[in-house]
Amino acid sequence: MSTDLSTVNPATKDGHDHPHPKHELSYYAKRIYAIRELLIEKGVITQEDIQRQIDYMEARSPANGARLVARAWVEPKFKARLLADPKAACAEMGIDATSINEFVVLENTANLRHLVVCTLCSCYPRPILGRPPDWYKSFNYRSRAVNDPRGVMREFGQGLPDDVEVRVHDSTADIRYLVLPLRPPGTEGMSEKELAKLVTRDSMVGVVDPLPAIPRGGS
Amino acid sequence: MRVRAEERPGHIRTPFYIRGRVGWVEKVYGDFLNPESLAYGRDGLPKRTLYLVGFHQKEIWGQYRAGAQDKLYVDIYEHWLEPL
Repeated sequence: MSTDLSTVNPATKDGHDHPHPKHELSYYAKRIYAIRELLIEKGVITQEDIQRQIDYMEARSPANGARLVARAWVEPKFKARLLADPKAACAEMGIDATSINEFVVLENTANLRHLVVCTLCSCYPRPILGRPPDWYKSFNYRSRAVNDPRGVMREFGQGLPDDVEVRVHDSTADIRYLVLPLRPPGTEGMSEKELAKLVTRDSMVGVVDPLPAIPRGGS
Repeated sequence: MRVRAEERPGHIRTPFYIRGRVGWVEKVYGDFLNPESLAYGRDGLPKRTLYLVGFHQKEIWGQYRAGAQDKLYVDIYEHWLEPL
């Protein structure tokens, strides 16, 4: 097969014989870089401020949520506090949830599952779970989580019988929601630390239950 | 109550699919600065009361699959709600 490279890649004129990827910045990337430069130039913020904010955003992760959930599983009094005043319970665990206007924890039970979505954008309890995954922000999830939550859960690996109630929370305003998932069966002997490893990010959004108990003595 | 079936341009925190639908107030969250004003650099005043409003899934979607007791909850500001 012969191809006239000069028609595909103008660079061949310079002696190249292969195309190069474009490294052009998008319109919005250019705009945000320009704004950043201006803010620094005008002394509104410094490069260090930006780095500190990036570090802060990266430091928040689902591990925060997993610690809350595992503690709630092993300590009923903490669970009661977490449900009654989630921000105070976070403070107790050294988790900074002060940037959330109103924080609500939704408790799953054997007959009830909660699922959280933001159909308008990507509202998410970031101090507790970090940055939302791409699927949470996708049009597909945002539309189907409200009108077919059971179908969405099935795709995440969780089929639910009809007699288990499903409550979807569309988090459209100042409230941020965290699901307190059910403690998996067979985890009675596990420590709080071990339990926290079963608490996945997705289980705290509510699309699926936590991981099953790790079999003891298994390979 | 019913969610107002208005069409307005701009930064609106009431999703389209729930406008004009009938639900119940499950909980009153309190008063918050109005995000529909804050989004445009205004002061967000007066504060608006935010409600947790519940809906029956079967009533919202014609072809909702399974779970007759399934519910949908949306956070809605007072100026988007009207009595029946």
